[in-house]
Amino acid sequence: MSATLLQIDGKQVEAQEGMTLLEAAQGAGIRIPTLCHHEGLEPYGGCRICMVEIEKRGWSKLVAACVYPVEGDVVVRTRSEKIDLIRKTILELLLAHAPDSPGLLSLAREYGADKDRFEAQASFCVHCGLCVRYCSEIKKANAVGFLDRGKRREIAFIPEIAAAECWSCMECFALCPTSALQAAYVWVNALVPSLPHVEAGSER
Amino acid sequence: MPKNSEDTSTSEYPSLGKIMSRIGSPAELEELRKGLQAERDPAKPRITLCGGSACLATGSKEVAAGMEAELEAQGLSAQVDLRKTGCRGFCERGPVVVTHPDESCYLQVEPGDAPEIVAQSVNGHTAIDRLLYTDPGTEERIQRESDIPFYKHQVRRVFGSNGSIDPKSIEDYLALGGYSALEKALFRMTSDEVVEEVKKSKLRGRGGGGFPTGRKWEESRNAPGEAKYVIVNADEGDPGAYMDRSLLEGNPHLILEGLAIGAYAVGAREGYIYVRQEYPLAVENVILAIKKAEEYGFLGTDILGSGFDFTVTVHQGAGAFVCGESSALMTALEGRVGEPRPKYIHTAVKGVWDQPSVLNNVETWANVPLIINEGAEWFGEFGTEGSKGTKIFSLVGKITNTGLVEVPMGMTLEDIIFKIGGGIPGGKKFKAVQTGGPSGGCIPEALLGLEVGFDELTEAGSMMGSGGMIVMDEDTCMVDVARYFLAFLADESCGKCAPCREGTGQMLKILTDITEGRGREGHLELLEELSEVAREASLCALGKSAPNPFLSTLRYFRDEYEVHILEKRCPARSCKELIAYHIDPALCRGCMQCMKQCPADAIDGGRNRIHVVDQEACTKCGTCFEVCPARYDAVRKTSGEPIPPPVSEEQRIIVRKSKET
Repeated sequence: MSATLLQIDGKQVEAQEGMTLLEAAQGAGIRIPTLCHHEGLEPYGGCRICMVEIEKRGWSKLVAACVYPVEGDVVVRTRSEKIDLIRKTILELLLAHAPDSPGLLSLAREYGADKDRFEAQASFCVHCGLCVRYCSEIKKANAVGFLDRGKRREIAFIPEIAAAECWSCMECFALCPTSALQAAYVWVNALVPSLPHVEAGSER
Repeated sequence: MPKNSEDTSTSEYPSLGKIMSRIGSPAELEELRKGLQAERDPAKPRITLCGGSACLATGSKEVAAGMEAELEAQGLSAQVDLRKTGCRGFCERGPVVVTHPDESCYLQVEPGDAPEIVAQSVNGHTAIDRLLYTDPGTEERIQRESDIPFYKHQVRRVFGSNGSIDPKSIEDYLALGGYSALEKALFRMTSDEVVEEVKKSKLRGRGGGGFPTGRKWEESRNAPGEAKYVIVNADEGDPGAYMDRSLLEGNPHLILEGLAIGAYAVGAREGYIYVRQEYPLAVENVILAIKKAEEYGFLGTDILGSGFDFTVTVHQGAGAFVCGESSALMTALEGRVGEPRPKYIHTAVKGVWDQPSVLNNVETWANVPLIINEGAEWFGEFGTEGSKGTKIFSLVGKITNTGLVEVPMGMTLEDIIFKIGGGIPGGKKFKAVQTGGPSGGCIPEALLGLEVGFDELTEAGSMMGSGGMIVMDEDTCMVDVARYFLAFLADESCGKCAPCREGTGQMLKILTDITEGRGREGHLELLEELSEVAREASLCALGKSAPNPFLSTLRYFRDEYEVHILEKRCPARSCKELIAYHIDPALCRGCMQCMKQCPADAIDGGRNRIHVVDQEACTKCGTCFEVCPARYDAVRKTSGEPIPPPVSEEQRIIVRKSKET
């Protein structure tokens, strides 16, 4: 693999071809916030918190650092008024789901996001997909997946698979940026349909 | 390439008997074509009947059965050809029947009209007056299809053959010159020359993006890959738009021919047609067309003896709007959940199964055989600087002539809506036209002179999209329009990325609040902020363009938003929560029509009593407003005005004049 030179926040950075902007920045000690990213998993590009601005041959655009491949002669800015606005708004939108998430709250302080700007949402899930992707890519179990789409999209454990796979694993719980217990709750609910039904999010 | 010329046909095709196997050379194709053409007598009476989905819905199947029975009964089955064609576009007046060679065009035909039409088609050519188009201005009857204003101002290059071809008959397509462009490309052009010709034509993608087709092909052609793919995007999902369906249903071989030429140009051996499951007739016709094309040797191995191999598979979509987006479509083709993925590397380079993949819309592929046969210069005869050729638009909404129209790029919106579309029905006033599908925008009356083209529409804050055109009149509330499209997009968002999933959801909530009288100061600014975030940060085009319905209506109709928020009033008197109905006591004559028909029992009245709407019980369905006889016109629809207090019980008694004296 050949090396590529690019500039991130004014710093010359050497990166290997095939790397993403996020990896190049991390290698140079430059922090870009992420929510749905996990080193062991395929880049997903879902949360859009890692948006950065790139400038190339006079053109500038916003891209998701976790999926954008490094290129030579590209100038990357990881902070700007627009980037900060995007991050702040996305954080506010997600905090309506998970107002107690430590990771979200710490980013909210950094970007001045108001956790109460949007009305509280019924579901805790911020749709980072870490549990779903981990179960599929690492564990090859596919015990948890996404159901439905848009605003109705939610994670769900598939009872038949979960009953066989989850008791001995439960590794996804720790990945959940909102609350590990929540993942467990969904799982238990799916596994034992006779449990009294509890509205999602009520145990916040 | 089939042109909309005086084609002919016979019900039997003796020359087909001569083909024992696939066509193995251009000479054999030519021989077959000549045979087919020779067997068709231009003077032979022919009745063509639109069999597109819209006309089927208005009874074309029954009309066809009626015609067949009538031909049989009159013993004319051998003397008259009956051909069920694809969509002719004039869907408002379907089922459409055209008799040949006189070209009499009959509209809204019913099975009972069959005897007359059959008789007319053989015995001289006196047209049946009552079934002809009547010009609304002059009351004049117009006999020939091409003289009807709806058709007269169109340039039907791509769509024209629809009315001459039975989509189930490859012979019809061949007799019109079908597959000659493929033959030309394979035997008289290098694949480079094909790419060059398409590039030179400046054809741009008809599906929404408007990306230059030739450049996409070149990119794929030059990209390294074990296999390359060409794909037809027939996942047409814009509400009210159906040009792709009509093309695929009405002229499937045209799409297959374009696709095969594209495959040859980029070096693909496999192609896919990704078509909505909700288009059963298109699926049926294209599957049959593939089978026929394989039998004849236009698809499969060693096509026409050229050594070029190419097969096509039909993939039916499961009904998600987002699968019209290229990366989501390809993910779905691979058998996974149809969600977009980042495409910082173009799908032309790394597409389905990570291989170079050319995805073009149905209409784009349909243009390819024309360009190869007639040349890039011919193609560019029509158009604006940045948009060449013709474009099919789906003209719907508050418009007199609903249907599909093909016009040269650069025609003004005004000409399309008024000359072809016949303007707004019911004496109403034009307000806006929404173009580009749900994530397009609304263009106001002041911009009716705008010439349609990719860049022109984008500059006006809307877009070309796949060619949807929804006309709106003065009764349409623009805030409610934005809410409607946001609701569609929020529902169709796949939910993968936060700005789209959460952003469109919040935008919808705020817009709903505004239309229901809960708008607050600061709402517009919040909507603008959410718009910016969705536009800049969303993963795919659905999210990036989702704010358009809001942004374009805000740009041209900001005052309507402000009135909704500040005065809690809907100027178009359309938003239910902001309007009220009451009965004018001076005009009510106690006819009891409204009271009888009110589904909510919200009207108090009786014989010789002035009726009163119970505001608490009223569901604002508008029934009373519609049923109040025009001679009384007593029901009032208001917004933002106080309801006059009800008159006293004594005053409610209507004393008839006859009894007074």
